Amino acid sequence: MAIEDDVLVVGGGLAGATAALAAKDADPDARVRLVTYKQSTLRHASGLIDVLGYGPDGDGPLVDPFDALVNLPESHPYRRVGVDAVREALSFFDGVAGDAYAGNHTDRNALVPTAGGTVKPTARYPAATAAGLASDERDALFVGFETLPAFDAPRSASHLEAAGVPFSTRGETVSFPGIDRDDAKLVRYAHLLDEDERVRTSGRRMGARTALATAVDARLGEESRIGFPAVLGDERPAEVRSYLADALGVDVFEVPTGPPSLAGMRLEDVLFDALSDDGVRVTAGVPVIDYELVAGGASESDGDRIDHVVVDRHGSEIPHRADQYVLATGGLVGKGVKSDRDGVFEPIFDCHVPQADDRYDWFVDDVFGEQPYARFGLEPDRDLRPLDPNGEPEFSNLRAAGAVLGGYDFAAEKSGAGVSIATGYVAGTRAAEEVSR
Amino acid sequence: MSDAERSIDDAPDGSTDEFEPIQVFPEAEEMDLRPGADNCYKCSTCDTNCPVAAVDDEFPGPKFQGPEQWRLKRQDDRDVDESVMKCSNCMRCDSACPSSVPLSQMHNTARGEYVDERMSKRSREYLRNRMLANYRRLAPLASTFPRTANAVMGLSITRWIGEKLLGVTSEREFPEFATETFREWWETRGGNAASKKRAREARAKRGGDADDAEKRIAYFHGCYANYNTPEVAKALVRVYEHFGYEVLVPDQRCSGTPMFANGMLDDARRAAETNVAELAAAIEDGADVVASCSSCSMSIRQEYPELFDFADTETVAETTWDAVEYLRVHEDLEAELAGTSVDDEFDSFAYHAPCHSRNQGLNGQTIEVMSAIDGVDVHDVGDSCSGISGTYGWKAENYETSMKIGEEMFEHMADADAEAGLTECPTCSMQMEHGTGYEITHTLEVLEAALVETGTDE
Repeated sequence: MAIEDDVLVVGGGLAGATAALAAKDADPDARVRLVTYKQSTLRHASGLIDVLGYGPDGDGPLVDPFDALVNLPESHPYRRVGVDAVREALSFFDGVAGDAYAGNHTDRNALVPTAGGTVKPTARYPAATAAGLASDERDALFVGFETLPAFDAPRSASHLEAAGVPFSTRGETVSFPGIDRDDAKLVRYAHLLDEDERVRTSGRRMGARTALATAVDARLGEESRIGFPAVLGDERPAEVRSYLADALGVDVFEVPTGPPSLAGMRLEDVLFDALSDDGVRVTAGVPVIDYELVAGGASESDGDRIDHVVVDRHGSEIPHRADQYVLATGGLVGKGVKSDRDGVFEPIFDCHVPQADDRYDWFVDDVFGEQPYARFGLEPDRDLRPLDPNGEPEFSNLRAAGAVLGGYDFAAEKSGAGVSIATGYVAGTRAAEEVSR
Repeated sequence: MSDAERSIDDAPDGSTDEFEPIQVFPEAEEMDLRPGADNCYKCSTCDTNCPVAAVDDEFPGPKFQGPEQWRLKRQDDRDVDESVMKCSNCMRCDSACPSSVPLSQMHNTARGEYVDERMSKRSREYLRNRMLANYRRLAPLASTFPRTANAVMGLSITRWIGEKLLGVTSEREFPEFATETFREWWETRGGNAASKKRAREARAKRGGDADDAEKRIAYFHGCYANYNTPEVAKALVRVYEHFGYEVLVPDQRCSGTPMFANGMLDDARRAAETNVAELAAAIEDGADVVASCSSCSMSIRQEYPELFDFADTETVAETTWDAVEYLRVHEDLEAELAGTSVDDEFDSFAYHAPCHSRNQGLNGQTIEVMSAIDGVDVHDVGDSCSGISGTYGWKAENYETSMKIGEEMFEHMADADAEAGLTECPTCSMQMEHGTGYEITHTLEVLEAALVETGTDE
């Protein structure tokens, strides 16, 4: 027999986790399962929760993202779910994230310094970055590590100053106590601090936290806050930060870095801890590869009805049946949308992906121009059910959320996290409501 | 129009012939994992999942061991780096990789090549590893005189010699050998004929078709359940017979897991060849294969088809299941468990999902199944690795790393509201016991307690 649930979410990134949590929230009695294959793009993510940083014509950074939502085209996922739903979804996220995130005191975008020395407009940000905001006028010291080229502190600091931040910046590079090899993994840095492992530094042995504070103290000037690349602990980041802050007598913050990103991994932990606390069943490491329809279940207006999906466990095909399904498998990077020489497609349900017939029209020559491929994805109705080429729902019991949806360019708009949370929240809530009905 | 502006795959004469890919590399004559290496876009997700790289400064991580090493090896003068021996074979990088790079296959192959070509066959390390990898060869001897073996293995002098002479850590206590192996018990009980009869009776009692010949499984017990924890193997037999399954116990050798992990691919090949042939014969007889050890099922399902190509390797891989997973899919296990209860000895557990269960998508299974039984409280202790990884944590040079990796699990076990542990992997079980002093139970033993009336068997 099949593994049976009420709501089955396919995909374990921000959209999928939000959908599963929202379904459970809408109906605590519903049996909700999340199936996720390989690890999601959260592993590459900055951990920032942006809603909208730039408008459709590239105008921005926007002060108030919510004001700008109504100016987006009808086909944009935000317009599909509506501005109220975006707000509800954000406050739902606030409830899930708790103290781990900040920024919900205002509708206005915060400006967070990035590893490249730019500022990114974002609606919510991890508590770890709170002391680093560019609107804060206190001078900042940025500290990088010799063996971590992903964050070049002096360059980052001077870029920020050139960007016009209202404070002075300075960058210093130190060697990270306890790291000897050039290619030590990010998690090694974090682990040393989490566990406060004993390390040897200038001939003496001491805890890694003390050793780091000592190395940085020697470079500290008049600044009252210090920014580090996001490596300050994986299991116990708040404890590590507050230790360093006390030892140095300044505020300590993290600058989000590129992949692999601990800030994104910590967000993943927040979400998966919530899934476990709320009783969502999680099946990880195996793909959904196919589906079967309910025999004779098609209705003219609603499309076909999915009976079950097939999960491949190393060659054994395990049926998973639910009443309602949410597809949250990601976009081109997450592989929820794929392409080959013949076209762009969604690999599990083969939902319709609008695209130009000639693949030379999938892109434009200007690299930073409006790239059609950046908007590839499914086109949903207002209930987030993917539509077929005739504008009818592909399936009556399938909704889609996150980057598998098309019609928006998250990289240009800075809207990736917001769209995932808003559409995940709506898809999960509606799926659970449909079950209860 | 300049040359650069013309798309290269349009035929020059404007015809629209089908695209024909060009063979850039010659057909490989031996295992070539280069195409897998090319799928790596260096996102380093694997590195952030590696339990060894987080605690061991000398291990360069799976991205190096896998795709980077395979690219380097394209140069003739490049040998496999010795750091590959630091990989614990937890295989977490496999399920992490967003591009499906066959990382553990690369590690297994590289490790085999390293041991073949670079490790002295007279070195202490080689002898020690060969012995650990072939624990099954020693086990029958110990099992013949289990009490003597247990007494000798338990002596501090034996452990001291083990460490000094062989490099096996003296920190750990050797697992005890059972006074009667599972196979001895099985034979005494009447073997397959007895099982056939019991299954038939159970089917009749359940109101099913007593003649239903479909309900037949071949049990791959592996070494540990045979020599050390026969109670787990007996539990499997009784639970399956309760559901009306006839149990076959084919001849079998080690699944190969400790051999892959030590780069002993020739040993693993010989063991796998026997296992594939025996299990294929059982499948031919209408049985599906189930295993109670998560590393044994992992090995047959994934590593066999990745590393070997005997006849029927794929069939055996596709027909092999985790023992609990099989019941979930073929029976209504949760309905069967509804209303059952177990004694106080099983009232609460700290559960650790082994890495090799996670890799099979079984991370949540035990918690879900246990929640159907009254009176059992199971607490998931999180997604960290136990750190022992089979023979890895038994080596003196890895002991400290192994315990550092396990630290997170130990802490979560101590925090959980339970005084006993639950898992499906024999060596995770050793590590859980070693780190906490808890008694560790296998999930099948709890199922047996819930489903099978006591006294139905001797």
